[in-house]
Amino acid sequence: MAQRLIRAVLLVALLGMAAAASATIEVRDFDDPQLARRYTTLTHQLRCPKCQNETIAASASPIAADMRERVAAMLEAGRSDREIQDFLVQRFGEYVLYRPRLSPRTWLLWGGPFLLLVLGGGILAWRVRRRTTPRALDAAERRRLDSLLDREERS
Amino acid sequence: MLVPFIPEVGHFALILALMMALVQAVVPLAGAATRRPLWMAYARPMALGQFAFLLVAFASLMASFLLDDFSVAYVANNANSQLPWYYKATAVWGSHEGSMLLWCLMLAGWGCAVAGFSRRLPTGLVARALGVMGLIGSGFLLFVLLTSNPFTRLLPNAPGEGADLNPLLQDIGLIIHPPMLYMGYVGFSVVFAFAIAALLEGRVDAAWTRWARPWTNVAWAFLTVGIALGSWWAYYELGWGGWWFWDPVENASLLPWLAGTALLHSLAVTEKRGSFKSWTVLLAIFTFSLSLLGTFLVRSGVLTSVHAFANDPTRGAFILILLGLTVGGALTLFALRAPRVSQAVTFGWLSRDALLMVNNILLVVMTVTVLLGTLYPLVLDALGLGKVSVGPPYFNALFVPLTALLCLFMGLGPVARWKRMPARELGRRLAVAGLGAVVLAALAPLVYHGRWDPGVSLGLVLAFWLVLSLARDLVDKLRHARSPGAGLRRLTPAYWGMQLGHLGLAVTIVGVTVVSNYNVERNVRMAVGDRVEVAGYTFALRSLGKRRGPNYVADVATLDVSRDGERRFTLHPEKRLYLARRMPMTDVALRPGLLRDLYVAMGEDLGDGAWALRIQYKPFVRWLWLGAALMAAGGVLAVADRRYRRGREASRRNDEVTAS
Amino acid sequence: MKRRLLLLIPLALFAGLAAFLYRGLALDPGGRESALVGREFPAFSLATVADPAVRRDASLLEGEVTLVNVWGAWCPTCREEMPQLLTLAERGVRLVGVDYKDTRDAATDFLTTFGDPFAVNLFDPAGSLGFDLGVYGAPESFLVDRDGIIRYHHTGYIRPEDVEQVILPRVQRWRND
Repeated sequence: MAQRLIRAVLLVALLGMAAAASATIEVRDFDDPQLARRYTTLTHQLRCPKCQNETIAASASPIAADMRERVAAMLEAGRSDREIQDFLVQRFGEYVLYRPRLSPRTWLLWGGPFLLLVLGGGILAWRVRRRTTPRALDAAERRRLDSLLDREERS
Repeated sequence: MLVPFIPEVGHFALILALMMALVQAVVPLAGAATRRPLWMAYARPMALGQFAFLLVAFASLMASFLLDDFSVAYVANNANSQLPWYYKATAVWGSHEGSMLLWCLMLAGWGCAVAGFSRRLPTGLVARALGVMGLIGSGFLLFVLLTSNPFTRLLPNAPGEGADLNPLLQDIGLIIHPPMLYMGYVGFSVVFAFAIAALLEGRVDAAWTRWARPWTNVAWAFLTVGIALGSWWAYYELGWGGWWFWDPVENASLLPWLAGTALLHSLAVTEKRGSFKSWTVLLAIFTFSLSLLGTFLVRSGVLTSVHAFANDPTRGAFILILLGLTVGGALTLFALRAPRVSQAVTFGWLSRDALLMVNNILLVVMTVTVLLGTLYPLVLDALGLGKVSVGPPYFNALFVPLTALLCLFMGLGPVARWKRMPARELGRRLAVAGLGAVVLAALAPLVYHGRWDPGVSLGLVLAFWLVLSLARDLVDKLRHARSPGAGLRRLTPAYWGMQLGHLGLAVTIVGVTVVSNYNVERNVRMAVGDRVEVAGYTFALRSLGKRRGPNYVADVATLDVSRDGERRFTLHPEKRLYLARRMPMTDVALRPGLLRDLYVAMGEDLGDGAWALRIQYKPFVRWLWLGAALMAAGGVLAVADRRYRRGREASRRNDEVTAS
Repeated sequence: MKRRLLLLIPLALFAGLAAFLYRGLALDPGGRESALVGREFPAFSLATVADPAVRRDASLLEGEVTLVNVWGAWCPTCREEMPQLLTLAERGVRLVGVDYKDTRDAATDFLTTFGDPFAVNLFDPAGSLGFDLGVYGAPESFLVDRDGIIRYHHTGYIRPEDVEQVILPRVQRWRND
């Protein structure tokens, strides 16, 4: 109960600071179109640590704005995409990456679908290869068949 | 005066609906188990009664909104006297309590429809199916009455004014998206109920699939439309021009759709060939479980999302119990009663049977992938392994190749024969289609954009492959007729439904491929008199002004758009401030077209009379939703087949044609 | 028999899923893991609120277990947290403040009104130290040990019960270490 109250209070505090609920449109020009493209890609793949599931490109919150500034500055300074991501992960955790990094804890995530596909293929193979011999009728079924045949003949 | 008591009338009606649902649940199921026709006969009237009382409850809630009755807590939280009347009416489902009521109403509605359209079905089956629907209905009505009552009153101190509907919801999208979506979600309860009924009866054969198919198709069509509407709404409402974000709430709607597509196909195979019986039952359970899971995810606060309803773990716990009982019960029944002996129709590697099995496997893998990605952060957190985020990069990386595989097999399926299909013959039939697809896909970007783009070609080859293989199948079918006209007339609505459905997917793929690769976006700073060029169109800001709406004030920009020096049209994007909630929102100016959309959104006032604007050129984006519309139409067309309306004679004749 | 076992697989999978979902109800999806625990406090060079001429750096935090509190005068919850911080200061915990995205005047007014539990208050108007600490919403607190390593990151405000239950035990622990 208290935990929910705290969360509610925090939420109110944070909302009070957050800007509009609408998307934010930021005008940022790069001299190099390659940098501009990298900026767009990066900001669309980084998560705003505070928001309800938004990229830093989309979010109007101050921390997202700060992060965008850093990304732009690092791009201008010639840093690679990986370095920029590492920089932000060092500070905010892997939570800010929308593309989860491959590590033991995400093996199942990245490998699971492939394993399932192989399993599915196996089931298909088993099914196609299965050859059933027609099952012989048991006594009750045989009697029923006979009575039906008798009825056929008589009608 | 009755008016002050309208919420109470609604409340009592809700309780009565629960009573009827309980009777609907218990009596017919007991009657079917003990073979008492009188008890089984309770099913239909109770289903009708439940629906009738829920209609009354729903109507009274809507009336409370229209009458500005702010003594009802739900109305006070979601409406405002300045709200236009059509938003007052539809604000009923704008938040948790009301949308749950809508859910219950639709569940009862489907139950009523089943009760009405099942005259020719065996009594036991109908009684059991309606009984199961009654059980589900009771569960949800209990949930509403105990934890999410929309009729709670704020007496004696009713507020004089309401908090207003969230501005993001004040749009036509709110009017149609949730009802369509819920019709789909809830509609899958019918096939679920039939599957359970078949399990209870101990007769899991092809018969129940024949009865269940039309219901599944219609539910699937509704869900397709619902998802497409959601995507379209997000596109023009949120100001970003994006149409799918792999957000948990979006995924919650995609999951039953993917499983439902597999179910559709599995039902067809079981009906025609009698095989895959257990898989079909399992898929029916799986699909509806995903509907329920979606409800849980969206309302429990377990996952973060911009779309989620107010999150409440207490409610989440209740839904989890419902989920546990329904799905757990169904799967236990499945383990106990599923056919233990399958009579194993054998088939070859490239037969239609095998290809449909591949189809199902792929769709299930896609479903599990989306489920895995959506729930993974939760799983890791629960295991104490920290917090990760799983977003669009993950989903796109896995979903796109899987879709490509799916399309590959989709092209082969309709052309392949049942039971046995030699590879050489299949190759012969489809070689031209395959080659044609590759050539067209390679040429298309050259023609459209002036240079070759491999990403575009990869997407287009799938679409062209689908279309050309469909065309090939059609040609084959007409070839053996006396004349094309006679041939066309022999083809059933079921066949056209399939063609349309697959064509719809091809159209969607074209839309996705083109807009993802050729989208042009520019964020610009513009003052009055400035011009900007985007993708051959020139945008000139003519003026800035202010406007007042019913419950907002707005800054309006007027942009003249010209192309090749000639002025074509004017756009008016707005930045609104909704007064009750003091919430700013951007109202996008959209110039739609079949081959491209022009999209302008206003950002912030940058001072000195300049504004930040986002201008986008979005080619073929409408094809996304057009494709979805075609898919939905295909789903419904397949049901219009005379099989389901006339007697057994006509159905036998149709079977001969389509089984070729 | 084997068939029956296979048929139980879906139920088993669902049971597992339900268990995770149940556990999920108790968790907070919005919270996040701190990336800084166990790492050195980030380097910085900032003036203090009191005196713009004096610049301090990370050596400030060495030698004694310190609680670094990131706050701002604009932040309503920081106000609610002040009594707890004053209590901690009274109990002998060394507090260093980071005044995040603020103006000197607002900060000094705030401290005058609500009290000043801080030994030193760093002035971070651009939020650069806050950013390096991964702060995204004040107030947040960091417990730094004698060697300048961050040992605990408290996101959100310190409740009255947290003083006894969360902060003091940890201060004690790292003092004894």
